[in-house]
Amino acid sequence: MTESSSAPTAVLTESESGPPDPTLGIEARPDVHKVGMACFLASEAAFFSTLIMAYVIYLRHGSHGPTPDQVFSLPMVLGNTACLIFSSFTLHWAEKAHHSGKTNVFRVLWAATIVLGTLFLVGTGIEWRGLIRDHGLTIGVNMFGSTYYTLVGFHAFHVTLGVIALAAVLWLSVRGELRGKSPMPVTLVGWYWHFVDVVWVIVFLVVYVVGR
Amino acid sequence: MATAEIEPAATATPSPPPWTATLHEWLVTVDHKKIGVLYVLMAVFFLLIGGAAALLMRIQLWAPQLTFLPPITFNQFFTLHGTTMVFFVGMPVLIGIANYAIPLMIGARDMAFPRMNAFGFWTTFFGAVLVYFSFLVPGGPPAIGWFAYAPLTENSFARGPGVDCWALGLIVSGIGTTTGAMNFIATILCMRCPGMTLRKVPFFVWVMFWTSLQIVVVMPPLTAALTMLEFDRQLGAHFFDTQAGGSAYLWQHLFWFFGHPEVYILVLPAFGMISEVVPVFSRKVLFGYEFMAAATAAIVVISLGVWAHHMFSVGMSRTLDLFFVAATMLVSIPTGIKLFNWLATVYGGKLVLKSPMLFALGFLSMFVIGGLTGVILACAPIDFQVTDTYFVVGHFHWVLIGGTLFGVFSAIHYWYPKVTGRMLSERLARWQFWLFIIGFIVTFAPMHIAGILGMPRRIYTYGSDRPWEIWNQIATIGALIQAPSYLIFAYNLVVSLWKGDVAGDDPWDAWTLEWATTSPPPPYNFAVIPTVKSRRPLWDLKHPDDPDWKYE
Repeated sequence: MTESSSAPTAVLTESESGPPDPTLGIEARPDVHKVGMACFLASEAAFFSTLIMAYVIYLRHGSHGPTPDQVFSLPMVLGNTACLIFSSFTLHWAEKAHHSGKTNVFRVLWAATIVLGTLFLVGTGIEWRGLIRDHGLTIGVNMFGSTYYTLVGFHAFHVTLGVIALAAVLWLSVRGELRGKSPMPVTLVGWYWHFVDVVWVIVFLVVYVVGR
Repeated sequence: MATAEIEPAATATPSPPPWTATLHEWLVTVDHKKIGVLYVLMAVFFLLIGGAAALLMRIQLWAPQLTFLPPITFNQFFTLHGTTMVFFVGMPVLIGIANYAIPLMIGARDMAFPRMNAFGFWTTFFGAVLVYFSFLVPGGPPAIGWFAYAPLTENSFARGPGVDCWALGLIVSGIGTTTGAMNFIATILCMRCPGMTLRKVPFFVWVMFWTSLQIVVVMPPLTAALTMLEFDRQLGAHFFDTQAGGSAYLWQHLFWFFGHPEVYILVLPAFGMISEVVPVFSRKVLFGYEFMAAATAAIVVISLGVWAHHMFSVGMSRTLDLFFVAATMLVSIPTGIKLFNWLATVYGGKLVLKSPMLFALGFLSMFVIGGLTGVILACAPIDFQVTDTYFVVGHFHWVLIGGTLFGVFSAIHYWYPKVTGRMLSERLARWQFWLFIIGFIVTFAPMHIAGILGMPRRIYTYGSDRPWEIWNQIATIGALIQAPSYLIFAYNLVVSLWKGDVAGDDPWDAWTLEWATTSPPPPYNFAVIPTVKSRRPLWDLKHPDDPDWKYE
């Protein structure tokens, strides 16, 4: 291989490297915001996987204190779950309305999503009050308490952040700063919300169905 | 009035801005180049601190029954030494160099998310500050070892808030590292210049892409484990509290699920740096680019399934032992592919033995030895004998210094002219290299022997009836030989800023895009976003008669 030390080292520009090949540069690049959000959700999935695994490992571990089959009231949880699952639908319809330019329909459905998410949080609060007051289940009482409050608590924390993000998008929409500029806030907050819902479905199945 | 005051200043020779303005500029910067430099400076700073702790420990081990360091201080020092070197030296320096180089190498103007980039650096930095804050709390820094085995970290054994500083510091810096990795993935996937398909990216870029995927998958489980630990300590949960049904074993699984991929996170970027330096200084293209690329992916995937080889002596089942032995052995195949490809790149090349290549050759020779002791340790029966001895200490220092640190020194000597516009002093670099490699071998080779003779790691002293004294003395002499090499390095970095020869845009006659712009590059990197046709765009530019894209 020959070596040339007298080669030009100027800034490489299109004109210097010859006329650009027309097929160059048109290979599809994914949207940077979507990739960023996907990475964030992947890391969140890894985080929740760890918590879920810890819950499963400690299931029926330990001899004292309340157990899952003694304390869970299924109707309460089913109501909560229905709120969250239905909120994914309202969110999906809201996105559709947004893309077809029906701003008012979008805002109503988006607000409905916020309300459903808030209902879920209120429901979780009522459930936890019952667990603590009536059943004496706290984070320190046994392994079930430690793993349950950590897993469900982190999920509820994520729902809380989701409600705040949804409200921020609604605020932007009401102020008229959403239209036309970029569909990204709606899409990405939507991804996050759907993700949190999917995590809940898994938590529900593991904690309230299989683990009971 | 105001304009009248400004006009004469504009015509006069530009005076340097006041230092407060410069400081402000660096503190609020979102430029990937400045952030990269901040990461590297942070790493060099903590390298000197972590190195000083190591030196003090080596002095304590010079002879049996010394009282140079009290036992508790010794325990705190090896905890901080390990944590510092892994989290506040290794990862920041690799992420920092990548932060600087990758947008330039792919012809982009910045990272995908510049503000998140700054966020990542500052969280990493303040995470480190939080860990070192433990010097100011009652009880002082944690004395738990860098992998913090439960239940030593629980309230009953670690009463002071040192462990809390440690755990929270790692959570905070881990968030910073994860955002950095997301930024790399988005940058590499979405911001490549026209013509640069994923098959044409410089090899370092490819490696950082896979390393970032690994970070995104393994850092959150560590965050979750540290959160559980904090819930145990602060809220009275029992995850790792063995007296209340918790499991020390779970901590080991969670920690090593992060901890073993972590060592690949620490060494893969060094592989990438070596893969840039070796071809340029051998005057040949990288041999077997496609095989190297596939081997990188294979290492990342396999390394997610080998963690429990750190736990053979725990008493897992025979099946698990066999699985993790086999999986660990598998890693050596793609790693071997890489090594032979580097050798094939060197083979028949017109070697230019400048400082980057010296360190690269140091890497090639030393890393293979660390890899081989790794294969030895992967055999569960041998591991039963030597686990938690100085053999293991010798092994992983051989990999992390012989691999990561040699690679990093090579990369810093390679890219310093691009960052500063000045060449590092070759004379000082050679002094550094020889003191470093000799001191390194003299320090860590005897540890293998001491380990085989049964010396446990982490003991603060030993009896004079043990056959370990001579090996410890050789190791301490080695550490004293190594120590000046780091100081020479730091001195060279500073002095060459003023005294180094002017570098020019492309001092090494290299082939990747970062050498196409000025040294140092302008804030916007490229006046016009370049278009590339091959893996070596600068070769094409310098040799229009014989461009690479005709053959690729």
